[in-house]
This record gives sequence, structure tokens and C-alpha cells, in this order.
Amino acid sequence: MADQDLLETDQPLLVAESLSKSYGRIAACREVSFSLYPGEVLAIVGESGSGKSTLLQLLSGQLAASGGQVAYRMRDGVTRDLAALGEAERRLLFRTDWGFVHQDPAQGLRMAVSAGANVGERLMAVGWNHYGRIRETASDWLTRVEIDVARIDDAPRTYSGGMRQRLQIARNLVTGPRLVFMDEPTGGLDVSVQARLLDLLRNLVAELQLAVVIVTHDLAVARLLSHRVMVMKGGRVIETGLTDQVLDDPREPYTQLLVSSILPP
Amino acid sequence: MNAPAYNFAYLDEQTKRMIRRAILKAIAIPGYQVPFASREMPMPYGWGTGGVQVTAAILGPQDVLKVIDQGSDDTTNAISIRKFFAKTAGVATTTSTDEATVIQTRHRIPETSLHENQVLVYQVPIPEPLRFLEPRETETRRMHALAEYGLMHVKLYEDIARFGHIATAYAYPVKVNARYVMDPSPTPKFDNPKMDNCPALQLFGAGREKRIYAIPPYTQVVSLDFEDHPFEPYRFNAPCALCAAENSYLDEIVTDDKGSRMFVCSDTDYCEGRQAAGHHGALSAAPYKDKAPETSNG
Repeated sequence: MADQDLLETDQPLLVAESLSKSYGRIAACREVSFSLYPGEVLAIVGESGSGKSTLLQLLSGQLAASGGQVAYRMRDGVTRDLAALGEAERRLLFRTDWGFVHQDPAQGLRMAVSAGANVGERLMAVGWNHYGRIRETASDWLTRVEIDVARIDDAPRTYSGGMRQRLQIARNLVTGPRLVFMDEPTGGLDVSVQARLLDLLRNLVAELQLAVVIVTHDLAVARLLSHRVMVMKGGRVIETGLTDQVLDDPREPYTQLLVSSILPP
Repeated sequence: MNAPAYNFAYLDEQTKRMIRRAILKAIAIPGYQVPFASREMPMPYGWGTGGVQVTAAILGPQDVLKVIDQGSDDTTNAISIRKFFAKTAGVATTTSTDEATVIQTRHRIPETSLHENQVLVYQVPIPEPLRFLEPRETETRRMHALAEYGLMHVKLYEDIARFGHIATAYAYPVKVNARYVMDPSPTPKFDNPKMDNCPALQLFGAGREKRIYAIPPYTQVVSLDFEDHPFEPYRFNAPCALCAAENSYLDEIVTDDKGSRMFVCSDTDYCEGRQAAGHHGALSAAPYKDKAPETSNG
């Protein structure tokens, strides 16, 4: 059992190898390589247009890469190339073992159906067929993301921005994924709501041992959540390292600029 | 033939072959929606243009046609289509479910059980069961292809969360042959069990949406549900006011402006058959008919 656990954390979960994406002559992403281990939080920071979101889409298999490959270690322990997976397998992976938290909750939620059904959809998609149990699990998850269970039958349309974002997180985590992609999860929220959401995320990530790839332009988010940081500029990774190391002692001039541009509190 | 100006059954032979190919494909893949090049028909969309094209494609000179609308043989829609084929194909028509070989229907399955030599043609307004949950056609097609039907249960979940039970009363989604989820056209869910293991061939035509799908004879058709909220066919709990039937689907008919109403079989052929066999309901006019000669004497 102990050996099994060791093996579990010893091998990378997600491996990107010289990943590139170009749109004609524009290279949105060039030669990005890294490994992500189970339970590890990796922040990708950089300015607008630096290729962060493109990289996230490449990693999550939503976009076909122009070069390089992404490999993922499936639940059965076999590491497989994402591009070689069939569409059905990829979509199943997306619904079960992965989560994707969008910046705009309206993209990740079904705004017209109730919160309970939003959380329950993934369960029903993997064959849960017992209304009582689905509802119980949904209530449980709403509590965990600090949403009042009395609002389980309300549509997310009636929710505030912060609640929507928390609901989106619950919807993604209900199937117990091992890897979650987040695209600016705190963008568009006011500062106090951001702080609360980050606090919640940090607890959940630690509790569930999630591996996370989080794209953000907010260095404070990277500082709070991530173990490792990758700094991108012009489609390239220019600096990578432990979060504290990169943010406290930046090597590249661009990273120094980025770090120094944060207003002191 | 009454009207030699038309080809047999209105459509030209090439069109019929195209529709028959779609039908064969539909039968080969039970519940799968086959696209076809739907033609303009001499009636508005919503009147059964899909059903009429399917009927035209399968009709032969020896066939006996029955057309029902909400179970009734004598509504405008049913009479128009029956006359249309009587005129353009010269086929025999009937109102008897037993005698018919082709039955075109809107919103009902006849109460009398069907047999092997019959084809039931449904008129379908919206063939896609996932449409109101997922508006993108590309996405719903992909979901069918990969058998991703979790979304269908989301709809049933919403029903229970809102009303305490599955409140979908018509167009209740079914799974055909353990593979494709299908919209059984807007038939009441009371009729869903009749589709399962039915000896007759069932064809569905959607003219506006340009889709044909089918359930071959003796195919498993299961209504979707939850373990703790199983599928239940709904029937208003009363006997038919005319024929006293206890197990037929009932129409509610408002009889005055003071709230009076009566419940009668929606299947007129079934109801008349029972009345002819001597069954009389609470509001049946038949006893007065019997007395008619006496009053004329007096």
C-alpha cells in the first residue's frame, strides 16, 4: 500500500513536451515543457497575449497543438498521449478526472437549470441514477463551497458573481478529479470576494490533494495558491521555479518588472 | 386512380426512393435520427409534413390507410390527410385500427394493440430530445454519437426538484434498443409502454426538421427515470363518460361555461367500438338512440 502511494506521487501526472501552437506566422506558444506532479499547484503568470490561455487550452486538449505533445497519467496508471485519445475518452476524462474552472462562470455552468442539477450533471453523466443520492451529494458540495443549501433549487442566474464561481468549483470537484485547470478564477470579482474564494480554493486543493494548473495575471493569486510559478512572455516560458523564489528573487528583467509593478499595500 | 395528374401518392418516384433509403437506414439504427431532404408539401409545417412524406414513401396500392390526430379520426388534420391520400393514391381508407395497414398519427398511439402487418407513422414537430437543454445541433449530434445522455437526466432532475415528481407528461424521453435516446414525438407518456416490444413497425417523420427515425418491430424501448422515482404512465382516474373504459387515455371536454366537463376516450375508434359492443358510460347518448323509435310513435 505504501509502495502504491509512493508510486502515486513519484510519477508526473501531466507532462508537456516542447508544446507549440502557431496561428499562421503568429506563434502563440513556443516550446513549452514541464511536468506536473500529483497534488502540485502550478501557476502560469504573464501579461495579456503572452500565451497563458492558449497553453491552458493545449494542456486540456481543447486545442490541437502545432508541435509537441501532452501526456497524462490515467487512473489506471498508464501515461497516454492526449492527442492519441479518442474523442469519447477525452470527453470522459474531462467530465470525470479533470475539472475546468472558467473565468466567466456562465461558460462553465448551465445558467437556466438549478444549482443542484448543475452539480449533479457530472454524476448523472457517469451513470448515477438515484435522485436522492444525487441531491444529497449536491447539498454536501454546496455546503463545502459555502453556499446555503436552501438555495439548491435556484438557478445560478439568481446568484451573485462570487456564488456562481463557487458553484462552478463545486460542479467541477463533485466527481473527485485529480487535475483541475483554472483560467483566471478570481477575475471579475471584487477584492473581498476574491480573498474568500482564494481561501476556499486553498483549503479544497490541500484537502483533496488536487493537482492544479492555474492561469492568472494576478501575482497575489499565484503567491497564495501555487507551489511553482511559470512566467510567460511572447509565447515562451522565460522563468520557472518555486513560487517564493520567483516572486521574491526574480532573475529575468521582465519578471522583475512584473513583481515590482505590484502596488505596495 | 382518381387524379392521374399526380404520381401515385403525390411524391415523384425519385423522392420516394430517397425517403425509403432514409427509412431503411433509420430501421437499421433504431432511434437514430437520419437526415433527409424533406420536400415542400401542399400543407403547412406543423400539419404533419414529415409524417405525410413517410406515408407517401411506404404506401402501396393495396394498403389501407387510417389517419388519427390526438387519437381522433374526425378532426380537420386527420380528415385532410386521409382525403389527400384517397385522392392522390386512391388507396382505401378506414377508421378501424384493426383493418388499417398504415396508420399515420399525431400525438397518440391507438388503444387497440397493433399487429405485425401494420406500420405506425408519427408526425414529429421537434425530433431532438436534447434540444431544449442544448441548443447547438453540432453538440447534440456529438452527444448522441458518444451516448452522453447525462443531460437528459438533468431535465428529469429539474422536474423532481421543482414539482416533487417527474412532471414531464408528454414527449417523455425513451432509450431505444439500449443505445439512442429518442423523443417519442408529443405522445402522452401514457403511450410510452406501448412502444416497447411493439409488433408493428414505428416510423417517425419530422418535415420541418428534416429527420426520420424508426423503431423496428419487437425492439426494447425504455422510458428514462431514476431508481427512486420510477417511470409512471399518467392517466386521469375516471372511466370514459361514453364507453366506461377504465384503461384508455382520456380527453377532458369542457361542456359549458359553469365548469362542467366530461372525460372521454381520446381514441375515437376504440370508444365507438366499445359502445357498439354494448358498453355505456355515464353520459352516453346511446340509450336515447334506442328509445328514438318509441318517441316518434308517440
